[in-house]
Formats: sequence, structure tokens, C-alpha cells
Amino acid sequence: MSHISLRNLTIGYGNEQVLRDITVDIPDGQITAVIGPSGCGKTTLLKSLNRLIDLYEQAKVEGQVIIDGMNIYDPRTDILALRKKVGFLSQKPYPLPMSIYDNIRFGPKIHGMNGEQIQRRIAALEKQISLDEPSLKPVLQKARFKKDRQMELLVEYYLRLAGLWNEVKDRLNGPASQLSIGQQQRLALARALAIEPEVILADEPTSALDPISAQLIEKQFKFLKENYTIVVVTHILRQARRIADYVIFLYMGELVEHGPAGQFFSSPRDERTRAYISGEIS
Amino acid sequence: MRLRKLEETFFKGLMIASVSMVLALLIGIILVITLRGASSLNLSMLIQTPKGGYYLGKEGGIANAIVGSLYLSLGATLLSFLFGLPIAFALQKEYTGRSLSNITRLALDILWGTPSIVYGAFGFVVMVYFGLRASLLGGIIALTLLMLPIMTRSIEEVIRMIPLELKETSYALGSTRIETTLKVMFRQALPGITTGILLAFGRGIGDAASVLFTAGYTDHIPRSLFDPVASLPLAVFFQVATPIPEVQQRAYASALILLMIVLFVSIFSRLLSRRFSRHIVR
Amino acid sequence: MIWRRIKDNLAGKSMLIAVAFANSIVLVIAFGLFMKSRPILAKESILHLLFSSTWAPLKGEFGFFPFIIGTLEVTAIAMVLAIPVCLLSAIYLSEYAHRHFRELVRLVVDIMAGIPSVIYGLWGIVVIVPFVRVLGQAFGHPTTGYSLLAGGIILAMMVSPIIISVSMEVFRAVPVEARETALALGTTRWEAVKHVILRSSRHGILSAIVLGFTRAFGETIAVLMIVGNVPKIPASVFDPAYPLPALLANNYGEMMSIPLYDSALLLSALILLLVVSGFNLAAHFALLRTERGQDR
Repeated sequence: MSHISLRNLTIGYGNEQVLRDITVDIPDGQITAVIGPSGCGKTTLLKSLNRLIDLYEQAKVEGQVIIDGMNIYDPRTDILALRKKVGFLSQKPYPLPMSIYDNIRFGPKIHGMNGEQIQRRIAALEKQISLDEPSLKPVLQKARFKKDRQMELLVEYYLRLAGLWNEVKDRLNGPASQLSIGQQQRLALARALAIEPEVILADEPTSALDPISAQLIEKQFKFLKENYTIVVVTHILRQARRIADYVIFLYMGELVEHGPAGQFFSSPRDERTRAYISGEIS
Repeated sequence: MRLRKLEETFFKGLMIASVSMVLALLIGIILVITLRGASSLNLSMLIQTPKGGYYLGKEGGIANAIVGSLYLSLGATLLSFLFGLPIAFALQKEYTGRSLSNITRLALDILWGTPSIVYGAFGFVVMVYFGLRASLLGGIIALTLLMLPIMTRSIEEVIRMIPLELKETSYALGSTRIETTLKVMFRQALPGITTGILLAFGRGIGDAASVLFTAGYTDHIPRSLFDPVASLPLAVFFQVATPIPEVQQRAYASALILLMIVLFVSIFSRLLSRRFSRHIVR
Repeated sequence: MIWRRIKDNLAGKSMLIAVAFANSIVLVIAFGLFMKSRPILAKESILHLLFSSTWAPLKGEFGFFPFIIGTLEVTAIAMVLAIPVCLLSAIYLSEYAHRHFRELVRLVVDIMAGIPSVIYGLWGIVVIVPFVRVLGQAFGHPTTGYSLLAGGIILAMMVSPIIISVSMEVFRAVPVEARETALALGTTRWEAVKHVILRSSRHGILSAIVLGFTRAFGETIAVLMIVGNVPKIPASVFDPAYPLPALLANNYGEMMSIPLYDSALLLSALILLLVVSGFNLAAHFALLRTERGQDR
């Protein structure tokens, strides 16, 4: 798990200032919710954590984002390794133009995970498994004895972890684009997990989904936080209340307040926080 | 890891080489023609028609070809606009159903891709049938066939870019289809249509294959639609084919004149469209 | 009130007439060319005409084979040269280049698309023909430079603007999320192009290529000026060739004086029309079918 710290992070797009002087530490092994009204820089903040913001030509980044002691905006940073460590789920899931199986396999294939690494990963996972998901244990045990089918079993493992296995197990070779949007988002989750990140970033992961799929995603996040640091951007206050352990409130690009969820929601210190939580501003 | 970065660097190198080559070639064309043509370019070339012996290196100019090309292209632009405008507007769904408009678009696509020499050959067939000889009229007809799909496509694209709400507003106020088309759509599309007209004109003035059979060639400026007419592309073509160096040099000068006209029209239409876009409702 | 309705009705009917007119043009052209080709089709079988290599109009021999081969070969050379260069350029411009550079090159490419064919031909005479001559010496194939290769090179230049601009449009249509998703998983930019962008746009790229191909197939003047115009099947790329459009353009003057010559030449125009239209139709339907069952 990673320790993520932001120090004086300031981001501008062209002439507009989107984020101003953000300084905060993101706790490990917890779900941190980033909340605030639309257009306040939440997505920008998230995208700055895996340098996805590099894609936007006009974005200017000042300050530091320190992950595991290294500033990721240092020019010497290995971006590919960074993005392997920090997984990302976008608001609208985009299935890659290939089969469901290949979608999951994509990340490991790109990063060149070979048989031995997969074996080791499976062994490590076995130790981490919590008793809430008993279905996962037999998968891992099978993997140990069937070296030639390692990748298949790994795909199965991640699909189960994302809560999608039962719905797609019979059509792994079918095109991923034919899944419903709720399934596509869970596929995106499985796909992100397959590269073994330590952090998961999620940008409004349920806003495009129906209530049942949304609930499934929230459940998976709560299950996963034991082994991953999760940062979720959401504009749904009730979602933040449901799943967050830590909350960061952004308003007009400024970090207004942050703290453990219980304390944050029951006794906010800033006037703006209080107004937002009570629904006066949204 | 290194292999992946190496692969990227390799392909990036190939890409940069490709783009450089494309740029170099274009600039090369303009440079070579300009350099070679400029030396023989003088006022008499522009103003005088070929006197006797012009093709043997004696005096005269290519005014016949310059004026001829202008006559041909203007005539064809006018005709193709007269026919193309209604066709483009007719493709909207209030006038034609989906299958009919799709079939028509397909027919227009085929016409767009038809080589200009086929239009020339067909024009020839028509002329023989009616007992006409190579003339300004024949050239205009062949060029019109060539320009029609280009004109129609440009206008249709402009129409498509007009926001649906504009049309809906007009209908909601109780206007008929033709009233909406003439009073609302046409006005909104006018800037784009102008650009489309210029584009088609530029294409028409440079075409040789369609006028080869149908317009003939002459040293005089035509005085009626039934006289043969010279054109700039053919002037270049015939002059470069002679064995006399002075005449060959004049071919480059003629090419330079043609190039300048085409570049001028191209740049002018671009500037015009940029100026018009400032006021567009989006 | 009624007058407005009448006007609208009339307008509607005129629109339909305009549409009918547009639809009928190709058919009328094909019909006209066909009628003029009938005399020669009556005399020889179409197979003989297409596959015979004897071209002696004065003797009444019209074998189109060398010209068909010439057209196919020069087009093939053009595509082989153009496709990699154009695709690589389009990828660079759309995925790697800065906005200003991209717009500059797009401007250049658009201008290139509007340059008349005869000017390309002239430039070919000045630059490409000597180039091929030198190349030929180097490879042990002495040549005047007026050759299949020269024709192929100039054609490659002429179809590049179309392939580049259509490909760039196709890449632009792939949503930003596609790139974000791939990059977020830790791919290099090139891997994102390879695995995601090229895959999702393969149909569009195919149509760009087909568009380029049909343009190359029918291009007349520029090729005519540098391809050599010798009615024999070229033994190497350094030999002259004689594509079908060039045949048509060169000989229209004698068309009426030799019996059946006009019929033969107009038949070649018909063949050109049919081949180009056929490709257009095929590409259109392929695109349609794949769009329906498409994988994103």
C-alpha cells in the first residue's frame, strides 16, 4: 500500500486556475472520498495522482504529489511503473475493443507478467484473502496445480474480485462492448485490479450506473480496502457517507476541509462544509 | 520494460521521418515550380494570346488559356451550384426518407470518386451524339459533372452542421418546409456555401482530363459558347510536350500562374470561412 | 394560406426531381459509354479484349491486357509507398504532435489536395524522372526515368492527402476515454495506439485506403506525363508502363479516324467507371455491415 501526500499542488488549464495549493495526506488502506460541487477540480485532482493529466496539453502542474516518498512530477519518474501502481476507473467505463477475457488480460500482458510472476502473485493473494469471499479460495488453490492455465485462473480470480464472474463466465470470449454499463464498470474494476495496483482511483464510478450495479461496486470497494488504498471522487453525498473512511472537501479548487468521515459529517469545522453537507449548496 | 520504450522510440522515429517527408515534398513542389517558372514569367505572358509561331518560341502569351480557364470554371461553378444546391437541401429528412437519401448519398459518393477522364469521355459521347464540336459549352458540361458531387457534398456538410434546434424553432413557429429552408437554413448556411463554391471552383480550374476531349484548344479567346476554348492545365501540358526549350520554359511559367490561382482561391476560402465562423451560432 | 401550402408542395416535388436527377447521372453515364462500346463487344468477346496483349488498332487488334496490368501495377506501387507513410504520419499528428504543428500540417495537406494534377506531372518530370534514372543506374537497370516507378511515386504523393486527412478524422473519432483507459493501465503512447486506437478505427482506415486507391486508379494527367506510355507489360519497375486512363487521354485524337477505335477506347472508359464504382460500393457496404455488428 502506498502513502500518498499532496504538497502545494496547484493546477491551471490555460488561463483558469483549477486547483489551488492543495496539501493533504491520503491515508492507507482506507476509502477516501473527494467531495464537492461539480466543476471544483475533483476529477483534475484524481487525474493528477496517476499523471493522466499529462494528456491535456494546456494543463500546468505546480507543487508535488509524493507517492512512496517520490514526487511523481519529477521528470525522472517512470510513468509506466507509476500507472501500474496506481489504478484508475473513469466515470464512463470504456471496454477495450476486444473480448472480455482479453480486456482483463491486457494489463498483465502489457507489463509482461510471465508465468512465474503469476504463480507468486497467486501465492501472495492466497494469504490476503478475507473470509468474506469464500469463492476465491478454491480458485487460488486450483491455480497452484495447473501451471498451463495460470492466466485463465488469474482472469477468473479478478472477475470474481470485481463481482462479475458469474455473469460472464460462459462468454469470456465474447466482445466486451456488449455488456451492460454496470457490467462494463465492474469489468473496468477487474481490469484495473489485474495489474496489481496498490492504489485504486475512481472518478464518479457509479454515476452512470443503475442502483443495483452501483450497490455492487460500493460493496466491492468496501471489500477491497483492506488490501488497497482507494480514492473515490463522488458528488453523491450519501455515497460518501456510506463508504468513506476519510473525506476531502474541495470547493472552487480549494481544499476547504478534510478528516475522518465520522468527525467530518457530524461536526464540520468550516462554514462552507456545513452548507454543503446540509444541502444548501450542491 | 526497456524493450517497450525502445519499440516506441523506433516507431516515433519512423513517424517523424514520414511527416517530414510529406512536408518536404509539398514545399518542394511549390518551390520548384516557382523557381523554374518565375524566370520566364512576364507581363506579356499574361496579357497576350499566342501569336503565330508562339509554339516555336516566338512571341505571345497564354491569355487565351487564362481567360479560357476562367470561363470554363465560372460556367461550371454556376451550373453545378444551380443543380447542387437543391440536391443538397433535398437530402434533409423533411424532403426525402431515409432510404432514398442514403441511396442518393451513395450515388453522389460514386460520382465523387469517378475519374475526371470518364466525365470527359462521356462528354465526348454526348457531343458526338448531338453533332457538336469541341467547345466551351462541352467543356462546361464535362466540368459541371465533375464539380457537382464536390459542390453537393460541401453544401450538405454545411447543412448538417446547423444545429437541429434552429430548424425546430422555425417549424415550431408554423413555417412550411420551403420557408424554413429558404429563410432560415439557407441564410445560416450561406457562409459555408460560399466556401464550398470557392472550393469547387478551385478544383475545376485545375482539371485537365475532363476538358481534354470536350473543350478543344485554340489560340483565341472564345466569343461564343460554341467556340473551342483553351485552358491553363492543357496549356501547360501541350507546352511541356514540345521539344523547344523556350516553350518548355513557358510551360513552367504557365504552371506557376495556375498554381498561384489555385493557392489564392484556397487561402482566400480558408480566410473567408474563418471569418464567417466567428459569428456562427453553436 | 393555401398558397403557402401549394408552394411547399411544389418545392417538395422539385426536391424529389433533383434527387432523381442526382441518382440517375451515374446510370446515364454508364449507359452512354456502354452503347458506344457495343460495336467492339459485338466483334470480340470481352475475355479476349481483357486478356489479349496485342494492341494494334490499325489492324483491328485491341488487347487491353498491358494497360490493365499497367494500371494495376502503378496503383499498387502507389499504395505500397503511400499507406505506411500516411498512416504513420496520421498517427503522429493525431497522437503525438502539438496542436499548432498538427494544424499547420493539416493546412499543408489540404493545400496539397487541391494542387492540379498537371502541376504534379510537371514536377514529376523535373524531379522524379531524373531521380528514377539515377536509381535505375544504381540498380543496374538503365532507364530514361519515364517508368512505372516514377508513375507510382507521383501517384503516391497525390493520394497521400486523402489518406492522411481521412485517417486523422478517423483517429479523432476515437473517444478520449479510449486513450485514457489504455494509458491509465500503464501502456506507452505507442502501445495505446497499437492495441486500442488502431483496433477501434480499422474500418475507418480501410475506407481511407480504399478512397486513396480509387483516386489512384483513375488519375490521368500526372501519370501520363511521366510513366512512359509504351504498350507493353513492364518487366521491371524501371520500365515504362501504360495505364488505362493514359491510353484514353493520349489517343482521343485518333479515335474517330480508325474503325472501332472509338468503341474500344470508350469501352476502357466504361471499365474504369465500373471498377472505381465497384470499389466504392464494396467499401460502402463493408463499412455499413461492420458498423452494425461492430465491436467498439
